[in-house]
Amino acid sequence: MGELWAQAWAVARKDLVLEFRTRTALLSTVVFTVLVLTVFNFGRDPTAVATIDLAPSVLWVTFTFAAMLALNRAFQLELENGALEGLLASPLSPRGLYLGKLLANLAFVGVVQAIGLPVFVLFFDVPVGHVWLPLIGVIALATIGFVAVGTLFSAMVIRTRFAELLLPVLLLPFLLLPLTYAVQATARLLANRPLSELSGWLKLLAAYDIVFLGLASLLFPHTVDE
Amino acid sequence: MSLAQKGRWVALAGLALLGGVYVRALAFTPIERFQGPAQKIFYVHVPAAVTTELAVILVGLAGAFFLFLKDPRLDRFAEASAEVGTVFAAIVLVTGPIWGKPVWGTWWTWDARLTSTLFLFFLLIGYQVLRGAVADPGLRARYCAVLGICAVVLVGFVHMSVYLFPTLHPQPIVIRPGKPALPPEMLVTLLMSFGVFLILYAGFVMQRYAIAEQRVGATHG
Repeated sequence: MGELWAQAWAVARKDLVLEFRTRTALLSTVVFTVLVLTVFNFGRDPTAVATIDLAPSVLWVTFTFAAMLALNRAFQLELENGALEGLLASPLSPRGLYLGKLLANLAFVGVVQAIGLPVFVLFFDVPVGHVWLPLIGVIALATIGFVAVGTLFSAMVIRTRFAELLLPVLLLPFLLLPLTYAVQATARLLANRPLSELSGWLKLLAAYDIVFLGLASLLFPHTVDE
Repeated sequence: MSLAQKGRWVALAGLALLGGVYVRALAFTPIERFQGPAQKIFYVHVPAAVTTELAVILVGLAGAFFLFLKDPRLDRFAEASAEVGTVFAAIVLVTGPIWGKPVWGTWWTWDARLTSTLFLFFLLIGYQVLRGAVADPGLRARYCAVLGICAVVLVGFVHMSVYLFPTLHPQPIVIRPGKPALPPEMLVTLLMSFGVFLILYAGFVMQRYAIAEQRVGATHG
């Protein structure tokens, strides 16, 4: 078990160091996120719909697109110079590779969300003062679900034609469910409902995370084995 | 007789029997009191929906077995089942609104059951897009198996969620606690239609499987 985590950490660290040194992907994903939030701001009639009614949907649609963009690059950077073959030829276990990629993706998406969330609060004037902790919990739960499935699929699509186009087509149906749960939970949080009202949605999110984390780490070796 | 020819005969028999079921449904089955003649579409809609789910479950099972046994026939079966399932899902999505307009007054609503069928349809389309996008047959089979398994698990999740949302859609009437909630004439017609849809599914899958086999022969020879 310790060996597995050591391998995962090695992969994640490699990805994050690469990301930190170039910063191109991170920067463009952050800019993309802020742009989507801006587009939403202009894509509605503020006199007709109250901002707060729209806020949960705006937040989650933005985060879904941002996660998709981030996941697209997860294995893309292993394509150059046959780096993926190198990784597979090394003593690294496929499960360690999956976990490492998962951790790196979570960190990447987490940073994007850490910048995106304050911008969202600012742009849409959302009162998060007293609910910020549970809100971060909801975001974390949903993001784990997004990234668990997304990491598996992104490993598959890189060796196909039109990888960038294929990932959303495959992944979006899988993201719709956690997205629905997260929107429901967020809406209740922002409306100041008691926490007991959203515990059902949180349980569903947690169940989704556990099932798909387990399933993806079970299936991932089949996507990279030769 | 080749598999494709056998499949063609099975499908033709299924279509003829479907005609028979509709003669029974229109002439010898009572008209539903509240929905009127619109309810007759039920004998296509419900069996098509059940067959779609069956097709998706079989795609997932074939995928799971493929990953262990590495038998390419399982992959060809999954390919056939997914494509036939897509057709049945399309039938559900077309017949649903035709019934919904007179009975609900709207073609479409974001009701949990409608949404879950749409989910199935998207999953099946995505599955076929993936199939078309991978050139290497071995890789394609493994990727599709992985996606098929994920799709079945997701469908399970969607079903679980469906019960948490308020719904406009009629509740299950055959498989439910207690006795089936429809008169025996209707139940018999429905069950006959289920049988016919299974025959149609088998016939279409046989033909599609034969095509998949021919393609393999073409690339090898």
